[in-house]
Parts: sequence; C-alpha cells; structure tokens
Amino acid sequence: MLEIRNLHVAIEDGSKKILNGLDLTIHNGEVAAIMGPNGSGKSTLSYVIAGKPDYEILDGEILLDGENLLEMEPDARAAAGVFLAFQYPLEIPGVATMTFLKAAMNAQSRARGEGELKTPDFMRRVKLGAEKLGIPQDMLRRGLNVGFSGGEKKRMEILQMALLEPSIAILDETDSGLDIDALKIVSEGVNALRSADRSFLVITHYQRLLNYIVPDTVHVMSNGRIVKTGGKELALELEANGYADYVSNVAA
Amino acid sequence: MASVTPLKTSAELALMAQGAGLPIARQSAFGRFTEAGLPHRRIEAYHYSDLRSLMKDAPQLAQASGSAPSDTVFGDLDAMVVTIVDGHLVGEVNASLAGVTIATQGDAPDDGLAKDSVFPESGDPVIALNAAFVDQTLKIGITKGAALEKPIHLRFVTTAAVSAYTRAIVNVADGAKVTLIETHEGIAGALSNSVVEFSVGDDVQLDHVRINLVDKAATLLTTLGGRMGARSTVTSGNFVTGSALSRHQVFLRFEGEGSTATISGASLLNGRQHVDTTLVVDHAVPECVSREHFAHVLDGEATGVFQGKIIVRPHAQKTDGKMMSRAVLLMDGATMNNKPELEIFADDVQCGHGATVGALDDDLLFYLRARGLPKPEAEALMLQAFVGEALEMIPHEGVRETLEGLTESWLKARG
Ligand SMILES: Nc1ncnc2c1ncn2[C@@H]1O[C@H](COP(=O)(O)OP(=O)(O)O)[C@@H](O)[C@H]1O
Ligand SMILES: [Mg+2]
Repeated sequence: MLEIRNLHVAIEDGSKKILNGLDLTIHNGEVAAIMGPNGSGKSTLSYVIAGKPDYEILDGEILLDGENLLEMEPDARAAAGVFLAFQYPLEIPGVATMTFLKAAMNAQSRARGEGELKTPDFMRRVKLGAEKLGIPQDMLRRGLNVGFSGGEKKRMEILQMALLEPSIAILDETDSGLDIDALKIVSEGVNALRSADRSFLVITHYQRLLNYIVPDTVHVMSNGRIVKTGGKELALELEANGYADYVSNVAA
Repeated sequence: MASVTPLKTSAELALMAQGAGLPIARQSAFGRFTEAGLPHRRIEAYHYSDLRSLMKDAPQLAQASGSAPSDTVFGDLDAMVVTIVDGHLVGEVNASLAGVTIATQGDAPDDGLAKDSVFPESGDPVIALNAAFVDQTLKIGITKGAALEKPIHLRFVTTAAVSAYTRAIVNVADGAKVTLIETHEGIAGALSNSVVEFSVGDDVQLDHVRINLVDKAATLLTTLGGRMGARSTVTSGNFVTGSALSRHQVFLRFEGEGSTATISGASLLNGRQHVDTTLVVDHAVPECVSREHFAHVLDGEATGVFQGKIIVRPHAQKTDGKMMSRAVLLMDGATMNNKPELEIFADDVQCGHGATVGALDDDLLFYLRARGLPKPEAEALMLQAFVGEALEMIPHEGVRETLEGLTESWLKARG
C-alpha cells in the first residue's frame, strides 16, 4: 500500500512550491489514475516518490507498506518495489540496453538479498518480454534508448517494468507520443502485470489511455493537490468538461 | 621588468651533473637542453605542464638492469615481447617473428634537429634529454608486405628509482600490417623518458597502443614521432592510469595522400596525478583523414592536459580532420586544461574540434538509480561508457578487452 500524507514540495532552491498538501492512498492491486492540467505537479509527484534529488520536501510523508520512502536513496526505493516509467526516458550512449537491464535486475536482487540471475535465464526473460511488446532484438544491443523513437522508448520503459516486477508502478504520461497501435501494445503489457499485490499509479493528461488501462480510482490533481477523487466515470466527465472547474476551484 | 636568471632547480642540477659525464657526440643534444633548462609555464608548449616545478628530481642514471616481473598486463596475449628494463634491452635481441628484424645501435640518436624530422624545429627539451642520455637505440623493421601474425610488445620496465632513457625506431615497409604495443611499468621514484619513432611506408596498417601503468609516484615522459606514406592507416591508442607526472607528445606527419590516422586516449586519474597529452598532426599533403579523441576521467585533485594541433599545409586540400577532447570531473578539486588548435592554410578542407568538461549528468544518474543501481555502480556504468568511446578506436580486440578490464578495476577501486 502506498500512502502519501500532506505532502508539500518545493524545487530545491526553494524558489517555487509545486506540491501543496497532497494526500493519496493506493491499495494493493489497485490501479489509480491521476489526471490534471499541465503544470499541476503530476511529474513532480512521480519524481518525489522515486527519489529524484532536485526537490525539497517541506512537509508530509510517503509510506510504502509502512516504510518511509523519503528516507531512502532512489536505488533502495527501487529495490523496495518502486518503479517509475519516465515521461521522457533518457538516452544513455555507450551503455548497451542488455547490459543496463542486467545491471538493474542484479542490483535489485542483490539489494533484496537474493542471488543474481543466471545469464541464460536473464536472456530468456528479456527475449520473451521484448517479443510481447514488439521490441526487436537488435534494439536490445544498441545503447539504451539511443536513436529510439518516442514510442520505442515508452515500450522499453514497460519492458523494464515487466522485468523488475515492482510493487508500485508509476506511469508518467506513458501514452504521450504513442499512436493507437502502440497504445494498445503498451496497455496490454501493463494489464498483463496487474495483480493483487501490485498497484499502479497511471498519470495521464487524456482520458484515452484509461479506455485501455481501466482504473479503479481516478484522482484529479490541480495546483499540487488532489482536488477530487472518484471512480472511472470521473475520467469521462473530465474528458467532456475539461479541467476548468477544478482549476478555478483552486484559484478561488 | 628586469630579466632574472632563475636559480637551477634540484632536478636541473642533477641533470647538469649527469650531463657532465657525457661523451662529445652527446654534448650537442645536451647543450640544447642546458640552454633553457627544464621548460616552464612561460614556454608555450609547456604552459599547462611546468616541468620545472613538477619534476622534483632527476634520479641517477640507470646502470645495469634488474629483472622484469614475469607477468604482463595482458595475461595470455600471444605476442613477440621485447623487454627493456631500466633503459636496457634484456637478453638476446631476437626477432622470433616472421617479417620482423630487430637490432640495437649505440651511437647518439637524432635529437629532432635533422632537416626532415617530424619533431619540432625549435627543439624540444624532453627529446633533447633523450638524445643525450639514451644508451641503446632499438631498431625494428617490418619487411615489405609482411602481415605479422601476432603483435610486437615493447615492454618498458623500471625496477629501481633511476632515470631510464629509451628509444625505438620502427620502420614499417610498404604493404606491411602490424600491431605494436608499448607498455610502461615502473616503480616509485623512477623517471622514464621514451621516444618511439615510426617511419611508415605506403599501404601500411599500423596499430599502435601505449599503456602507462607506472607507479603513481613515478614520472613518465614519452614521445611518439611518426611519418606516413600514401594510403596507409595508423591508429595510436593510449591508456593512462599511472604516474605522478606524465607527458605524452605525438608528432605525426602525413607525407603521402589518401592516408588515415586515428589517435585516441583514455586517462583515468586520481590523487594529484598530472597527465599531459600534447599532439601535433601535420597534414602536409592532400586527402588525408585524421581523428583525435581523448577522454579524461579526473577524480581527486588530478590534472589532465590536452593540447592538440591540426596543421593543414597550403596545398593539403580535401583534408578531413576532427579532434575531440572530453573530460569528466568527479571532484571539485580536479582540473582539465584543453587547448585545441587548428592551423589551416588550405581552403577546401573539413576540420573541426570540440572540447567538453563537466560532471556526470545528474539526470542520467537518477535514471539509473531509479532502476536500482547504487550510486557508485551507476557512475561506474556511465564512466565505462565514456571511456569506451575512446577505447573502441583501438582495433586489436584482445588489447581493447584488457583495457576495458583495467578500466573496470579502476572504477571498482574508486568504491
Ligand atoms: N526542477 C524544476 N525546476 C523548476 N520548475 C519546475 C521543476 N520541476 C517542475 N517545475 C515546475 O513545477 C510545475 C509542475 O511541473 P510538473 O510536475 O512537470 O507538472 P505536470 O507533470 O503536471 O505537467 C511546473 O510549473 C513546472 O514548470
Ligand atoms: Mg508531466
């Protein structure tokens, strides 16, 4: 279970406050969606959960199964089960995708006190996962994300998620830059991982993705807070009426 | 401003005392050194590497030699090994490889003032000292058309805190194919001054590698002088983790059309190491290609220096020259000095240079850490890739793998 309570966050130099007392709980097995206008702080929330160092936590707490994430290094959070599919996945020239995947999987196993994967097992898992997501083998030999299209990068994020088997996966606008076919493939990849002990936080600007990844709960974020919570029908309402109501609520 | 005659440093005094015993034939080279003494920061070519202040001492000249450790850095690489210990060739000189001739010569070598030398016309103090003090010149010939079935490995070793001067002259005849590796191993307090000269004919493939693994309290001064004929390909890859102070000079001249030279290097430095690479690539004829790529990883208070000059002579049209220097600073106390220069006298050329100096990218580091890699491991992965860019320019796979392994060990030792 992920519990976020009264989270206040500013950018590191204190010049700008982004999250303003955010509360959010996601239960095991739950798929929660966050929707909100650009600039409302969705990516910031995802970065703060994952442990990006550019932010200052002014108040509040984030607990994963009762453990205080805010006290943990980003790699320890990953080993504890946090996964963030980046809105803009980074290119790492010179680091072959395979090398990276193996390093990541082994680092997490080690941190959890499990043994490292045997190479043939690793190869098999990657090959299978890549096939499901329509990722060609030669992409795995290239530098991580180097020269990949926007859609290929997003698929690579989902492959990483499948291999790392997180307990809470945060997808930050995974739908942006995807055409409808890629959107379906990626959504299938996500749906295949849904399980009773894994939860998802799906961040999106548009309702479209939620036709494919059907959420249990929908939260509206505005100005750094959750301003409304509902079921999947809330997404449809937002699609019809836009965010104007919620934005003005905050301004009032 | 009044002109002051600086006091001699203790290194200069030691060198003067050593030079006093030199035979007549060596006096002119030595004289060229004594005129100006050790170069200092007001000498342009040594601006970033003030040898007068960096060289604390000139240890006594090596006499007889000790014996080299039996293991080489390459483990089981099959090579024709020539071992030079404390400035002297060890054992019989025998060319155990088809297509190779090898001999030694004892008279005074050229100190760079010969009319057609590739060395600086104005002389260079490090080369002048080498010409004055070297005992044996190793002459290696690769016969016409020979494709050597294994590399030649020149293994330079010091076993005592002495000054060791070495010179090797390598003649690669037309159509030959050879990999030539120099490794430098040495102990604390030693000063090594090594000059390697190439004379490369037409249609040659020469892959040269220089590896500096001397003790971190040793000084290594190395110079590579090369001339290339037509349609030849020369690579020179460098790898440095050793020495308190090192300077590597490269003077390369294209003398035949249609040739390509690739000069690369990776230096991994920490503590207070000071490592200088200074190169001059002279496009004296048209239609040649040169690539220079140097990578520095600087930890602690280490200093890296890269000075690279591409000269394109007036009629050297269609020259294609690109030079890149990249440095990663891991600590605030580390320093990188870059001085890239293009001297272009022809109009139809493609030349460029670039230099980057900076810390590792924080966003990339976060991405790796968010996937579970602890900080040191994430940094090591990025640095391995950074160094890999330079290492991949070394064609010999076995050598490249050895250097990748040395890089990995260096990164592991960082913790
Ligand atoms: N590192 C940062 N430095 C400066 N401003 C930032 C930084 N991160 C986010 N912001 C600002 O905070 C606000 C929220 O950004 P973000 O979390 O990316 O919103 P969203 O993902 O909802 O579009 C925006 O106004 C953005 O410009
Ligand atoms: Mg965003």
